[in-house]
Amino acid sequence: MSSISVLKAREKQIFTKGEEAPFEMSCDTKSLAGAVSQRACVFCGSRVVLYPIADALHLIHGPIGCASYTWDIRGALSSGPQLHRMSFSTDLSETDIIYGGEQKLQQALLELIDQYTPKAAFIYCTCIVGIIGDDVDAVCRQVEEETGIPVIPVHSEGFKGTKKDGYRAACDALFNLIRRNPAPAPLPRSINILGEFNIGGETWIIKKYYEAMGINVVSVITGDGRVDEVMQAGNAALNVVQCSGSVTHLAQKMEEEYGIPFIRVSYFGIEDTSDALYRVAEFFKDSPRIMEKTRDLVKNEVNKVIPYLETVKKDLEGKKAALYVGGAFKAFSLIKALKTIGMEVILAGSQTGTREDYEILKEMCNQGTVILDDANPLELAKYVMEKDADLFIGGVKERPIAYKLGIGFCDHNHERKIPLVGFEGMENFAREVHETVTSPVWDLVPRRAAKKSSPPAGKEKAYDTP
Amino acid sequence: MLLRHTTKEIKERKSLTVNPAKTCQPIGAMYAALGIHGCLPHSHGSQGCCAYHRSTLTRHYREPVMAATSSFTEGASVFGGQANLVQAIDNIFTTYDPDLIAVHTTCLSETIGDDVNQIVNKAKKDGKIPEGKYVIHASTPSYVGSHVTGFANMAKSMALQFAKKSGTSNGKFNIVPGFVEPSDMAAIKEMVKTLGISPIMFPDTSNILNGPLTGKYTMYPKGGVSIEELKSTADSIGSIGLGPLASADAVRALDSQFKVPCQVLDLPIGLLATDRFIDALRSAAGVSVPDSITRERGRLLDVISDMHHHLYGKRVALAGDPDQLIPLTEFLMTLGMKPVHIVTGTPGKAFAKRIKEITARLGDEVKVKGPGDMYTLHQWIKNEPVDLLIANTYGKYIARDDDIPYVRFGFPILDRIGHTYFPTVGYRGGIRLLEQILNALMDRMDRDAPEEKFELVM
Ligand code: SF4
Ligand code: SF4
Repeated sequence: MSSISVLKAREKQIFTKGEEAPFEMSCDTKSLAGAVSQRACVFCGSRVVLYPIADALHLIHGPIGCASYTWDIRGALSSGPQLHRMSFSTDLSETDIIYGGEQKLQQALLELIDQYTPKAAFIYCTCIVGIIGDDVDAVCRQVEEETGIPVIPVHSEGFKGTKKDGYRAACDALFNLIRRNPAPAPLPRSINILGEFNIGGETWIIKKYYEAMGINVVSVITGDGRVDEVMQAGNAALNVVQCSGSVTHLAQKMEEEYGIPFIRVSYFGIEDTSDALYRVAEFFKDSPRIMEKTRDLVKNEVNKVIPYLETVKKDLEGKKAALYVGGAFKAFSLIKALKTIGMEVILAGSQTGTREDYEILKEMCNQGTVILDDANPLELAKYVMEKDADLFIGGVKERPIAYKLGIGFCDHNHERKIPLVGFEGMENFAREVHETVTSPVWDLVPRRAAKKSSPPAGKEKAYDTP
Repeated sequence: MLLRHTTKEIKERKSLTVNPAKTCQPIGAMYAALGIHGCLPHSHGSQGCCAYHRSTLTRHYREPVMAATSSFTEGASVFGGQANLVQAIDNIFTTYDPDLIAVHTTCLSETIGDDVNQIVNKAKKDGKIPEGKYVIHASTPSYVGSHVTGFANMAKSMALQFAKKSGTSNGKFNIVPGFVEPSDMAAIKEMVKTLGISPIMFPDTSNILNGPLTGKYTMYPKGGVSIEELKSTADSIGSIGLGPLASADAVRALDSQFKVPCQVLDLPIGLLATDRFIDALRSAAGVSVPDSITRERGRLLDVISDMHHHLYGKRVALAGDPDQLIPLTEFLMTLGMKPVHIVTGTPGKAFAKRIKEITARLGDEVKVKGPGDMYTLHQWIKNEPVDLLIANTYGKYIARDDDIPYVRFGFPILDRIGHTYFPTVGYRGGIRLLEQILNALMDRMDRDAPEEKFELVM
């Protein structure tokens, strides 16, 4: 285990703060062939962004796998329709690969639109569609004419880049919808919440805050999303962007086309949540009541959670955490939130961070923290062991690795059931971290158990623990 | 009410799969490859497929699942993936140091026509495959077949690309266990050994995908069939493939190439299929069935008799893989139940025919479809309700919407544990299956019983 060599070509994707080497993080590169990468594809990126639009049809044009693996995987809650949770696929077969899948696509679309009367349809192009050269745009146009609903191709062929390119394709699709609004006119005190996907009901928490502040939320893109709402997005006065990796492209387009400015925020942790709300209030400073209400809101909410945070902090003080997240932006908030509960970050990695992201990350981290881009499981395991972490924060594929190593785990990705955003989200996060880090199971893990001196023979010390 | 979108009215769909009852070939190949000791599966295609396959296997087994990818880019998909794969092989051996790499293709590399055999040969010629290390490969286009086909293709490659006849018999029996849980693989091996036969079982994911917590991370856990064993498969006395779809190709290939006589049997799920398995082993090896096995059989029979009145005439809906559904349907018939709606996502005509034979007694009451999807199954249930649903995790939507007692069985199971530890094959496995079925039915009886009929003894 100790002798894990790092691939030469990956050397520039790993950095330890405080070491001599100049900080020149190479990122945004394609994963190396042969890497056990934790990354996914363009299609995956598009699918996760558009997925929560609950009254739209999501049809995956390709062979079955791409649809099977993304069937209801995202836990993006809807307060109404559930159409997004169904799995629709053209299930291309060998003959379709040879003769093309256009006809099949068209027929599938017509059948589905007839049966479900969705408000719009998104057609995801997967790798194979790009290769066999189906003219998906033409099919979409035709079906749109015939049915009268927006039928939007999403060019998300998996091999055409990384997950990030998928975000871009999703933004293009969203913009395609927004642009259909004939006369966008800004509504006063109104915002769009961008890059918020309602995992575990997070959208509802954030919306509640804005309502309390006296701000109108025109649309959430795409948490608990509805086609009509997205189409109104051009009417907002401000775009508040959360998951910036995924939707900045859309915010930029809306700025160019409609002059809607945007700000980047995070709703994770007390610090960042308060900051986000204050910045929005500041934007609407013409209405002074908003700032007043915001202050009250923040004060109230913070007071509610602080006592609990103080109690967990006693147990967590000085414990060490390793992070491996999708976008680096998430890592910033996580580092701050962990600090709030007394924990220190010893490893911070991201699948899709940019150069600037890594610069910021470096500033935020302590000496000796390992920073890495597009890591593989061996590297993750190596640093977790070396730095003796107590907690791993990551996604599906990291969970069993953390457990095998005998440390706690917190999912900050697809499989969340409990919301993490806002003030109550911070309480949930603290509770979850506390539960996993202080679980008695880790004391039974051979590696840890060996470290603890065993009780002297004959004494029943082991039974004394409270 | 997720499936409020399921309508009662059934229309023939030609161009559309709704709520699939299958996944794609590469994941089956990846699973099979994990059952070789020291093997790193490699997905020749873009990153996405590999990420999805790993995530799904990780969720089902709750174990780290390793696999590398060729990371196709636009360039690779135009000019072919040779450069990527050769570089990948080189990188993998230097970084992850496996004993072998098992390459499978994806839709993409298949469609652009990469010849993996030729690429591997080139890698060898270029000195990218170190001395004593191996690269095997299987072709797994996912627009054909399903995850089961992928398993079959990799299992076949495993044998064929290693097997070498030495001229002396090794006195062993090759067993290909089919696309079953690690726990099932262990149980199958145990049965074979109990009969006094020494097996070479491939693949063997027990101890790999149901390993212990050690506090250490090992890329290649202790488990799996060894390369030496795979080489030796050509010297075995005979082969048994369990589950025709997943295992027949491998054992037949050994038969035709190396004259290792083979039999293809149903997976030993339920009483009768286990009988056939035990009997085949007994006669092939010329041994007699030990008492311990006879006693286990007797126990299963005993439980069936004890509980038969709870099972009799109950209507069951099933979804899953053909190799499992065939003996499962037969088992349900043995129990006096009525398997009436049966769907598999894996294409193949033989499936419906076998099911019809097994359920002949029930006549037209039985509906079977392969390939079909979960949506069809749900529609059938809406029209003609059932007392029990047996399906993989995705069955939970149907079970909830229509309030049906439900047993999780098959692949994937993402929301429960147990499958990786407790086998459902063999007589003992039969008892476990029976227990699960009874629990589901009797919990429901208890839940729905009016006060005066709520009883202590059932
Ligand atoms: S169906 Fe093909 S493209 Fe889709 S995940 Fe499977 S192998 Fe990849
Ligand atoms: S086939 Fe392409 S689009 Fe589908 S999962 Fe694989 S990489 Fe992604």
